[in-house]
Amino acid sequence: MAVQIAEAAQSDPPAAVEAPQQAFKPDLERIEIELLLEGIFRHYGFDFRSYAYASIRRRLWKRIEEEGLANVSALQEKVLHDPGMMEKLLLDLSINVTAMFRDPNFYVTFREHVVPLLRTYPFIRIWHAGCSTGEEVYSMAILLREEGLYERARIYATDINEVVLQRAKAGIFPLERMQEYTDNYIKAGGKRSFSEYYTAKYGGALFDQTLTKNVVFAQHNLVTDRSFSEFNVILCRNVLIYFDKTLQSKVHSLFYDSLAMFGVLVLGSKETLRFMAHEECYQQIAPPEKIFRKVR
Amino acid sequence: MSYSVIAIGTSWGGLMAMSKLLAGLPGDFPIPIAIVQHRSKDSDRLLSRLLQDSTPLTVCEIEDKDLLEPCKVYVAPADYHCLIEPGYFSLTIEEPIRYSRPSIDVMFMSAADTYGKEAIGVVLTGANEDGSRGLAHIVKRGGKALIQAPKSAEIPIMPEAAVRAVPSAEVLPLPQLTRRLIELSHEDADALAARRGGP
Repeated sequence: MAVQIAEAAQSDPPAAVEAPQQAFKPDLERIEIELLLEGIFRHYGFDFRSYAYASIRRRLWKRIEEEGLANVSALQEKVLHDPGMMEKLLLDLSINVTAMFRDPNFYVTFREHVVPLLRTYPFIRIWHAGCSTGEEVYSMAILLREEGLYERARIYATDINEVVLQRAKAGIFPLERMQEYTDNYIKAGGKRSFSEYYTAKYGGALFDQTLTKNVVFAQHNLVTDRSFSEFNVILCRNVLIYFDKTLQSKVHSLFYDSLAMFGVLVLGSKETLRFMAHEECYQQIAPPEKIFRKVR
Repeated sequence: MSYSVIAIGTSWGGLMAMSKLLAGLPGDFPIPIAIVQHRSKDSDRLLSRLLQDSTPLTVCEIEDKDLLEPCKVYVAPADYHCLIEPGYFSLTIEEPIRYSRPSIDVMFMSAADTYGKEAIGVVLTGANEDGSRGLAHIVKRGGKALIQAPKSAEIPIMPEAAVRAVPSAEVLPLPQLTRRLIELSHEDADALAARRGGP
């Protein structure tokens, strides 16, 4: 965070020491951040202008401190003139923290309330938006296989970031997380032994490659790209939390347009449709899980 | 309104301490209260329900982009970091900080950067040192720091670390802490507006 501004202020002449808080000008910093994000968008095409402010500010400062810079403007100078710095910042700005069967209760609810709906379809199209390194895609593939639905499903797994998509495709996850994932899998209502799905290989857990037989991994940018098909299920968990409300609303229009009637939209357990223009178009299935059905 | 947010951090012994703290606040307490209590990632809304029993204020578990409103107590959900934005909360699932998600430091720092002088940070009982860096940041930005007197805390480690990090903080046992929050809520709005630099 902006610790360095205040620390710099303390080494200034005494006047600054008496009132260190005056060294921090939140309005000025906001201008700097907006200029930086505008510059990144116009020069590199990555659009972070509508991300939630405190969260993006926190991540920008992580990079500023690591580079030993003084403020956001100094970072702007580096980023605009050095593509290598942009690459680093891009990794800072995209949160790729995920887990297999994260929020196990969601999977239990999905099995109970959504799987019966899906059984009535001859063919199931699923969009996993913002799939990151793919842990939740493999989780859903496992669930569908255990419910006997995998063969008639096609999963489109998309992310803005090509690097994480490559990792998702490879399907190798850290061995040291398998205990946690096994616990999650059991709590999520898993029907077999979790270890049947992977083998220890290449220094990690290599997942059964047949799980991605019906998965298409592709780059898609929720901020700038449009709908590319019509889906029965859209999963987008803990992705929109990084956007401000205006951008959330825009993405929800995209989801609405991409869902078939009576299709299902899945959000993260602490996300909501409140204040969104399409709130009235959905019915929540089995609260408190954030599983919504498009009804109009 | 003088202060815009009260951020409270606690871990071990937190439920009891927060229940006592909230029990003394009136139902029209005007400053929104945001709580980070360390807990297991599987824990559900039980914590909010238990806290609700001790206060006439409305207790809710934070969902993404919830608005900060008066007469409400907001509890950070398990397994997310919670940031205070201008007028609302946002959530993130970045890596745990010092083994904690939610992290008290993360919420406190965002409160300081968003609200500066209008933020109050409170550190209660707990068995680790989370919160002390965030509390120092609140003071650096001109906000107010309150700490539960370590001797009166169920586990003194967290308040002791906070006292070390912020020697200028007001250190009080629980009943006085509640009274102090009520006093602060009455602080003259005009006086604050006069010295208000932002945001």
